[in-house]
Amino acid sequence: MPERTLVGQNYTTPDLVAKVTGKAKYAEDYRAEGMLFCKLLLSPMPHARVRRIDSSKALAMKGVVGVLTADDFPPVKPDQSGLKPEQALTNEPVYQGEPILAVAAVDEVTAADAIELIELDLEPLPFAVDPIESLRPEGANARLEGNAYVDRKVATLKWTAEDFREVAAGRLPFGKGADEWKVGDVDAGFKQADVVIDETVVIQSTGHQPLETRTAMAYWQNGKLYLHGSTQSVARTVASVAGWVGVEPSKVVIVSEYTGGGFGSKIPGAHSMAIPALLSKKTGRPVMMRISREEEHFIGRARAGMQARARLGMRKDGRITALDLYIVMDNGPYSAQGDARSSGSIASLAYQPMTMRFRSVAVLTNTPPRTSQRSPGGMQVNAILEPIITKAARKLGLDQVAVRHINAPAGKAPYGPPGQNGKQRYVTSAFVKEALDRGVELFGWDARKGRSGQRRGSKARGIGVAVSPYVGGSIGFDAIMTIRPDGRLYFQSGIGNLGTHSTIDVHRVAAELLGMPWEKCEVIWGDTSKHVPWSCSSAGSQTVHAMTRAAHAGAMDAKRKLQELAAHDLGGKPDDYDVSNERVHRKGNASGGLTFAQAAKRAIELGGKYDGHELPKDINPMTKTSATALAGLGLMGVAKDNYPRDGDTHSYVVGFAEVEVDVETGAYQILDYTAVADCGTVLHPHSLAGQIHGGSVLGMGHAIGQRWTYDQHYGRPLAKRFHHTKPPTILDVPVAMKWDAVNIPDPETPVGARGIGEPPVGAGYGAVLNALVDALGDDAFRRTPVTPDVIVAALDAGKWTHEALTAHV
Amino acid sequence: MAENDPVVTADEGQRGVSRRNFIKGVIAAGAAVSTTSYLFRGGSILGQPSLPGAVERLVTLNVNGQQRRVDVMKQETLAMTLRYKLGLTGTKLGCDRSECGACTVLIDDVPHYSCSILTHSVRGRKVVTIEGLASPTGQLHPVQQAVVDAQGFQCAFCMPGFVMATVGYLKTNPNPTRPELAHGISGNLCRCQDYNKILDAMMLAAEYTRRSSRA
Ligand code: FES
Ligand code: FES
Repeated sequence: MPERTLVGQNYTTPDLVAKVTGKAKYAEDYRAEGMLFCKLLLSPMPHARVRRIDSSKALAMKGVVGVLTADDFPPVKPDQSGLKPEQALTNEPVYQGEPILAVAAVDEVTAADAIELIELDLEPLPFAVDPIESLRPEGANARLEGNAYVDRKVATLKWTAEDFREVAAGRLPFGKGADEWKVGDVDAGFKQADVVIDETVVIQSTGHQPLETRTAMAYWQNGKLYLHGSTQSVARTVASVAGWVGVEPSKVVIVSEYTGGGFGSKIPGAHSMAIPALLSKKTGRPVMMRISREEEHFIGRARAGMQARARLGMRKDGRITALDLYIVMDNGPYSAQGDARSSGSIASLAYQPMTMRFRSVAVLTNTPPRTSQRSPGGMQVNAILEPIITKAARKLGLDQVAVRHINAPAGKAPYGPPGQNGKQRYVTSAFVKEALDRGVELFGWDARKGRSGQRRGSKARGIGVAVSPYVGGSIGFDAIMTIRPDGRLYFQSGIGNLGTHSTIDVHRVAAELLGMPWEKCEVIWGDTSKHVPWSCSSAGSQTVHAMTRAAHAGAMDAKRKLQELAAHDLGGKPDDYDVSNERVHRKGNASGGLTFAQAAKRAIELGGKYDGHELPKDINPMTKTSATALAGLGLMGVAKDNYPRDGDTHSYVVGFAEVEVDVETGAYQILDYTAVADCGTVLHPHSLAGQIHGGSVLGMGHAIGQRWTYDQHYGRPLAKRFHHTKPPTILDVPVAMKWDAVNIPDPETPVGARGIGEPPVGAGYGAVLNALVDALGDDAFRRTPVTPDVIVAALDAGKWTHEALTAHV
Repeated sequence: MAENDPVVTADEGQRGVSRRNFIKGVIAAGAAVSTTSYLFRGGSILGQPSLPGAVERLVTLNVNGQQRRVDVMKQETLAMTLRYKLGLTGTKLGCDRSECGACTVLIDDVPHYSCSILTHSVRGRKVVTIEGLASPTGQLHPVQQAVVDAQGFQCAFCMPGFVMATVGYLKTNPNPTRPELAHGISGNLCRCQDYNKILDAMMLAAEYTRRSSRA
């Protein structure tokens, strides 16, 4: 292990000054000669078939240059599910707001005027916006092909009238058609329990709402598409855009130096990128597609809501003996989402129930397309289970933290469905108990316990804690770095720049290993024409884990080459040499040998593997193309992460919150919040703080107010803007929040660092919900968000009163 | 307003000097009008058809201490003028409708949402955008420096708006408490949501600003 000179230190990332002076260019900040603007025609109906489009009046308008429809897209066939994959424009809109057509014109207003002149004849089709309604015997199907995923195929699934008698009683029926897995004997588990809680809850769908919409600008040059867009991965967006547009990946250049947030909605890139790309091809001019906030609501992706029932058994000592979880997932209109499956896995990891049964069904609805949103499935299951666990603990007179402690995953903790061999998979490591202990101290849990449930006048206090794990890293990506004759170290980065700084941070691992001062390092990012290696998407908390491993592998390759080159030139064996002080030198003589600049020059003279003319066999083709283009520039470190890993990498955050509720108005304030992360070695404290608090607040937003609302009768959304489904503002969160990390290296990765994007979300969400339970008792709510009206109505009636099972109200 | 600039209407094009040529002349003369003069016929922000008979007028704006002559529509918003006619793309559009503050600029030292203010209404007033904060030699404004030192943001799409809002707020309250400052910049939304670090950065900004005004 080298001395930690860079890893774990704060520093000024090289993109900060550009950001703070307004020079940083996001997609809408690019201009191109002769650039056109396009506007979209959105479906006014939740489900329809295009019978006829007449664009002639629009095309005759002065300034209009072209029209694009679904017919201009490369043909697609239904996949194994039976549905055609989503395309950016469609002849069968399956949600209100789905783009049908685009007009390009010399300016945006002309394009908008032209849209008004399009004659569109639509045949309305049946629609469903609530999964449960679609499961009724007489309920409508969201798609012509069916209404649910059954064995990964779209089919028609209806529950019986008998089942729906449960619904009338406010309970989710255990209807048929679900994916199912089991660990242990659940009935026996319930027999061991001293308390059993059975609840039906509704978790809302929410848009990702990145502050930067998915605006994109495209042009073609010499048969190549140049796309300036907003994406969570530069390297990975090439292939997806190529597929959507129907060209070879070698014909696509992605430029995205700065992305204004994604939260899972821009992996990799966005379907809608194909619109300016194909319009530009058709018109022969650059096309800018500015996406408005309202359009972003429709095409900007959303988290899958859930209607769920959980039965949980707890023993006197707090151990969870049995969990029986059934989730109906609002899948949206397109491809099958993984949220519900993740919910099952994350529930089993977070609380390590002694026995568990998990069932889920993905139901299609005519609402905007879903995709992974920060902690997909994990966050929802935190919201489902955390309050139930807290209530069970209350019934048994146990402390919330003690209950989390006794059920916490530790070491190579098992999780998820049993595999072929009947055994569950397991994680690389877990230090949740340590995180809980640190959080108790930092938050002052014991001192606050006295205020638990306390009432003063109209104010009720409550405290809550929650445990939130999520996947924390993947493996097998590549790195390219070159030490050049100018004595500097250049990193190529294919990682998207969402502001988590991992684009830059991960390379500090390599600089540290090579003993290179950070001032002499340069990271090249944000443009696939700049020869980037195969990288993970900045999604699923992968990057810090996956790309520090790749950086490590690349640096070790460079180091080995420096040692071999020195032995070649100066005699002795490679192992006689070390690197430090910007030199490769004999061990113990740091001022001898060759400077990095000299070594770079020699590498170019020697060629072969030294300067990238010979490459490792196992690197990705994208890395190979990039490295080949860079060959001859200096000494090249290029390698694939082949490090072993035993277990699946996960990270964990525990959140602690205190709330004060005004029982007369139902309004409440989150007074304090503290989060402690178990994400392995800390790479960059400032970035980590941003992820921990940022993710936690995203979770809090789900607890306190964000949601979709639908006119169920017409299938039209009523919440399409920030104002209608408002993310937390600076006044909605505590004025000061704390954080820490246990900073224990993960044993299964060379740098010890794991990802952290997802886990804080469920911690923030769950901690606030638990604090509300603590303040208001067991029966105040059964759905999220918990808004003041929900609270007042419940306090008035002495029990929750709101709709038991309806989605999007 | 005595300093009101002469207004040239579209009609003048017919009297010999077309507006377009006039602007080209300005560019050639080195005045800082952007090379990009996309013609937004107006109303574009709300996606509504432009008003019939919309006329462009050549006006002079005081932006970042410079006099900038630019054609604007009656219904053109300041954000569009800044971004598409003056090339000042540091001002961001997050919502186009007074919901997020990404477009915040200072008008006579007061933070405003530039997406929701008409360009015409700022004639004769002092507009400052994120590009106008650093000194011409590149020295950062104390608020910018604090953001860099505390690394206050993530994706930073909201950052220009927050910085402008803070600069404006600190003019009215140079020594705020943390809750006061939070209140002062609460018209800005950050979706990456680490408000804690934003407030850390802006409290540091208050300190730097006080120090620099004493100096
Ligand atoms: S863009 Fe002006 S307030 Fe959002
Ligand atoms: S830092 Fe991303 S929106 Fe504020």
